[in-house]
Amino acid sequence: MTESSTRPTGVDKTLVGRLYAPTETYEVSRVKIAEMAAATGATHPAHTDPDAAWALGYSDVVAPPTFAVVLAQRAEQAYVAAPESGIDFSRVVHAEERFVHHRPIVAGDRLRTTVHVDKIVERGGITLVTTRAEIADDADAPVSTVTSTLAVRGPEK
Amino acid sequence: MSEHNEVLDRGTRPVLTDLEVGTELFTRTYAVDRDRLVRYAGASGDFNPIHYNDRFAADVGLPGVIAHGMLTMGLAGSAVADWAGDPGAVAEYGVRFTRPIQVPDPGAVEVLVVGKVGAVDLGEGSVRVDLTVTSGGATVLAKAQAVVRLG
Repeated sequence: MTESSTRPTGVDKTLVGRLYAPTETYEVSRVKIAEMAAATGATHPAHTDPDAAWALGYSDVVAPPTFAVVLAQRAEQAYVAAPESGIDFSRVVHAEERFVHHRPIVAGDRLRTTVHVDKIVERGGITLVTTRAEIADDADAPVSTVTSTLAVRGPEK
Repeated sequence: MSEHNEVLDRGTRPVLTDLEVGTELFTRTYAVDRDRLVRYAGASGDFNPIHYNDRFAADVGLPGVIAHGMLTMGLAGSAVADWAGDPGAVAEYGVRFTRPIQVPDPGAVEVLVVGKVGAVDLGEGSVRVDLTVTSGGATVLAKAQAVVRLG
């Protein structure tokens, strides 16, 4: 490890631009959509009732707007939890999150997630790490882009 | 046809041309207790102990167990999806997390979500909904905006 690649928080800035290829195919289930809908207080019947989803033109029940975080956070672990990242997860807080849905996620989707390390900047002793998870279906068509920024605090003296 | 009527009877799809910038669209209140945190942990796969273990939370310098930021974002997102009448119509949604929500045991804290018209794009057939998300009078999500397709 070279001194120039590290800063007080230990986050390795040289990893900006790194890509983490998909490690799994995630099959979206009706059960997981129903669990996320219930946990986030979503009451629309299209989350749980296939008839209600079909009435809106979907092939199966529809995921809530933040469902893609399930896939994004799983995939981000390849970078965030890797020793090479230099991120101490006990000193991390979530700073920002953003979803762009190219199409809604529905039950039965088979999805693969690629994680990009987009930006690492320092601001007053805190390192802000921005990752972008690109979620695509099994025809390689884009489904969702999930951008997440973590704030990493430096160690206490 | 009865099926068609059933869809119409839900009557919840807003009409783009009815919307004016600044108009309040909805107000929702969600109670957040430890039960909800555990459900969200299981549903999302985020098992960070700061969201259920008081001892662990204290050890990392927190005043107590806090809610997942993504749970708060999810609650506000549900308010938008319910208003839209079609969860798949929420095309974009972003927030900044400004303050953690401490969740007592026993008891619950309330999260208040207010949605207003931020902008209307007739060309795209979409509305930007600007969200004010507070708990105990304090803002917990900032720059909370969702783009909903109503075209």
